[in-house]
Amino acid sequence: MEKTSNWEPKIVAFLCNWCSYAGADLAGVSRLQYGTNIRIIRVPCSGRINPLYIVRALQNGADGVLVSGCHPGDCHYISGNLVAKRKFAVMRRLLTYIGIEPERVQFSWVSASEGNRFAALMNKVIADIRKIGPSKKLVKDIY
Amino acid sequence: MKNIEKRIRYIAKELFEKGKIELFIGYEAATLPLKSRPYFIQSKEGAVGSVSSPVANLVWNSFCSNNLAVFLPKLFEIDPRSRRKDPNLKPKIAIVAKGCDLRSITTLIKEKQVPRENVVIIGVPCTGMIDKDKVEALFSGDEIISAEERDGLLTVNTRKGVKREIKRQDVLQECCNECCCPLPPPESTDILIEGKAKEPVHGGYAEVQEFESRTPEERWDYFKQEMSKCIRCNACRQACPTCWCKECFADQDDLRWIGVSTELSDTMIFHLIRIFHQAGRCVSCDACYRACPMGVDLRTFTRNIVKDVDELFGYVPDFNLEEIPPLSTFKEGDSEEFITEPEE
Repeated sequence: MEKTSNWEPKIVAFLCNWCSYAGADLAGVSRLQYGTNIRIIRVPCSGRINPLYIVRALQNGADGVLVSGCHPGDCHYISGNLVAKRKFAVMRRLLTYIGIEPERVQFSWVSASEGNRFAALMNKVIADIRKIGPSKKLVKDIY
Repeated sequence: MKNIEKRIRYIAKELFEKGKIELFIGYEAATLPLKSRPYFIQSKEGAVGSVSSPVANLVWNSFCSNNLAVFLPKLFEIDPRSRRKDPNLKPKIAIVAKGCDLRSITTLIKEKQVPRENVVIIGVPCTGMIDKDKVEALFSGDEIISAEERDGLLTVNTRKGVKREIKRQDVLQECCNECCCPLPPPESTDILIEGKAKEPVHGGYAEVQEFESRTPEERWDYFKQEMSKCIRCNACRQACPTCWCKECFADQDDLRWIGVSTELSDTMIFHLIRIFHQAGRCVSCDACYRACPMGVDLRTFTRNIVKDVDELFGYVPDFNLEEIPPLSTFKEGDSEEFITEPEE
């Protein structure tokens, strides 16, 4: 966790299996260029993501967390992302309330056919996190 | 107050005599002044008119701040060794419920932790409870040896012989000052004791709004300062009526989510997730806040989740058994303002 001038942000991305992960695949096979700062974790559905995962990622030294699922209405499990949306709205407000930068934790929707959107989203998230710098809050010291 | 106390005793006695309940949960006077504690009467102890009958120990005063709903999930837990489906196996329990207790019970009924037909809810109009810490702060270290309450005045005697009268309104708990529900509605209770309740306050989020107006760094510093006091005793979790998970995420060791020590980031995550789990369920009874032995200001943070859920989904946990908890459902027009859109 050296916070030197050549610091590169580490971003954990939770992507749903059916849309966003496929979108990331499409971005890859279409050879779209985007930053290499993300580490993708594939989950069955955005509704599967426990807010605990997000804070755990921050605790373990991630500089940013992105959660992405199917567009509302397109969920493979009908309504997983709609329930998730409510959860994230509350969680994001709670994190902002205690003083964590709102850019640290971001949410978006990417469908399987939106390789371009995925690449653009990654670039935006990376740029946002570069702007706010390395994460110091919630990080566990012993790591 | 005395009338309510008499009514509670009378109702308890009657319920036992008619054999309608096996357990009565109310309050008794504690050994320290300015305190009442939960009191359980089992049917075998009998309620039949003798002087030493346990029913005579039941009290109702301005110190009955405990949220009694906290005991219900455990009492209704089905023993996994006897998985019989007979509903009669569950005990019949009568419980004294203020507005906040009843809102907790409603949440528990919705979450299928309490069978409605097995509880006899005795609704009590609440005029707000007295905060012991606030009273003690007035006497700067002097020990309070007795306290008596009459007509909105609290007469306190201290060890050094000071006798002072304090206005009740000045020493009410913070949560009572912004209580939206001091009077349980008659349709949600089985027996409603008549009496005057405090005026309800709607949308009392002044404290949270004040905190929100500070800069992120100030907020973070305050959060850090409060969390560093925590000793991870889990009293806040145990005192909370809606924290009924059989295995808490903080106790899981098959998959150890967070450390058990008082390491600061572990403590923060414990509290963040504990508070998040209260979304749409917290009734602002401040049981966690009172239970904390280290005086952590949990109120500022827990109250925020109530406000957020109210603002985002227009939901405040109330007495309505039909309304679906906000995080188990969704609506078409749910806010999308927080979704990141990439720049094209």
